[in-house]
Amino acid sequence: MNDDSNRMPLSDLPKQAGRRDFVKQLSSLGFFLVPEPVKLPDPIDTPALPALLSVDHSAARMVPVTMQINDKTVKRTIDARTTLLDLLREHLGLTGTKKGCDHGACGACTVHVNGQNINSCLALAIMHQNQPVTTIEGLGSPEALHPMQAAFIKHDGFQCGYCTSGQIMSAVTVAGDGRARTEADIRELMSGNLCRCGAYNGIIAAIQSVAANENKLETKSTKP
Amino acid sequence: MKPFEYLKPSTLTQAIDIGRQPDGMFVAGATTTLDLMKYHVWQPNKLIDITGLPLRGISFKNSVLTLSALETMTAAAYHPAVMQHFRVISQSLLLAASQQIRNVATIGGNLLQRTRCPYYRDTSFRCNRRNPGSGCDAVLGANRNHAILGTSDQCIATHASDLCVALVALDAQVVIQGVAGERVVPLTQLYRLPGAAPEREYALLPGELITAVRVSASAATRSSTYLKVRDRNSYAFALSSAAVGLDVKRGVVKQAHVALGGVGTVPWKATLAETYLLGKPATREHFTEAARLAVTGAIPQKDNAFKIELVQRIIVQALDETATSR
Repeated sequence: MNDDSNRMPLSDLPKQAGRRDFVKQLSSLGFFLVPEPVKLPDPIDTPALPALLSVDHSAARMVPVTMQINDKTVKRTIDARTTLLDLLREHLGLTGTKKGCDHGACGACTVHVNGQNINSCLALAIMHQNQPVTTIEGLGSPEALHPMQAAFIKHDGFQCGYCTSGQIMSAVTVAGDGRARTEADIRELMSGNLCRCGAYNGIIAAIQSVAANENKLETKSTKP
Repeated sequence: MKPFEYLKPSTLTQAIDIGRQPDGMFVAGATTTLDLMKYHVWQPNKLIDITGLPLRGISFKNSVLTLSALETMTAAAYHPAVMQHFRVISQSLLLAASQQIRNVATIGGNLLQRTRCPYYRDTSFRCNRRNPGSGCDAVLGANRNHAILGTSDQCIATHASDLCVALVALDAQVVIQGVAGERVVPLTQLYRLPGAAPEREYALLPGELITAVRVSASAATRSSTYLKVRDRNSYAFALSSAAVGLDVKRGVVKQAHVALGGVGTVPWKATLAETYLLGKPATREHFTEAARLAVTGAIPQKDNAFKIELVQRIIVQALDETATSR
């Protein structure tokens, strides 16, 4: 199915070739070919290998899904195994949400579903049909930053930026639902978002500033 | 993941009928299910989405709390009746997982979560639970996080749930629906010790669905505490934990609830400790003796002997905090 009328507008993607396109071109030109094949030792015959190699992908079931992503209805036909994370990144080009651990341990994949922050890597797309999903792209844009995005910039809430989308998505719910009363509460409720660069203090400061400015912060998506 | 057929029944009967057939698995919050499917530990041919079933609602009537199976950890943890009458349940939920996981993980799923034993979760290791008869690499492996109670030479994996420890402490019942109708059993009966067959983890017949959990309120459930010790402050499983509840009148224990987490192959009801405390003065001396009784039969593994001492201290501190905070 190649119905471009339902495709997400490309206005959020860089107009010129970005870093991702550049690397893709390099690899297609054979830029990363190793000059001489390296003789690797025989792999140890562990039980894991047969399990992985014996997956019959031809048995994959394709399913139609109707999703509500950033206030837009999107229809796709996807492999039933597709996580919400992979739908967003691979099928819709919404690469703001990141894949960190793919097992719910790091929070880089955090998005809002029904206004709550969840790990999109541990969600099947088909199980969240017709539920309002908000990604970092739906929260704000460079021209119209969400107050939390502005706060992260102002309070130095990131270094490499890889965890940042997830941090901001969780930060919005933590600042907005009123359950965090103290800094310790904020740290506790944000504990599902890891930052290897250690920008935690800036993240906390950003959340505190937003929570102080507004008693309740509405997320951008409409409530169901 | 292996490809699967996705099904979403709209009635309980449909769900049970499909679930009774081989090679199908129920899914609700999906946090454990997708995790294990990505690791190829679970490879169902059919995934049966039960989120469309009418298994929602939290009610508190005639002093009985009913948590429907599809309610999320977040919803249960912050429910006013749970916070007021079953403090230990709310605490056990909020000290578990992360906010992202709590927002989707369900009560029913929490009860049925699988062990975090790394040998179970990695198909390149031998595991009797995952692959009956293949062996247990944990026994001679890195077993700091494993169990000291309820183990066998086939399996030493810890039960990972915090909520279950609180529920077992408070003598919760579980409501199960199957092809033969509804049955209500003490939650402790849902869990099987590994024994000679660690793959038989839960006492559920094919197709059976947990529909709700019920707990009765009392002074000892209102005055209750969950104390969890782990390697970091948040978002980690317990090294050891205790759920306790106390009804103390004029300095004497009228009722006691004690259950342990992080140390048992199943959520561990410390019956000896509870029985000992009845009629005793609520003092540290008696809490210490109760804690000692709670670890009766504990067998340390190569890397976790510290848990025998740690869990006793946790029990004492939890009882102390509960007794003094009334």
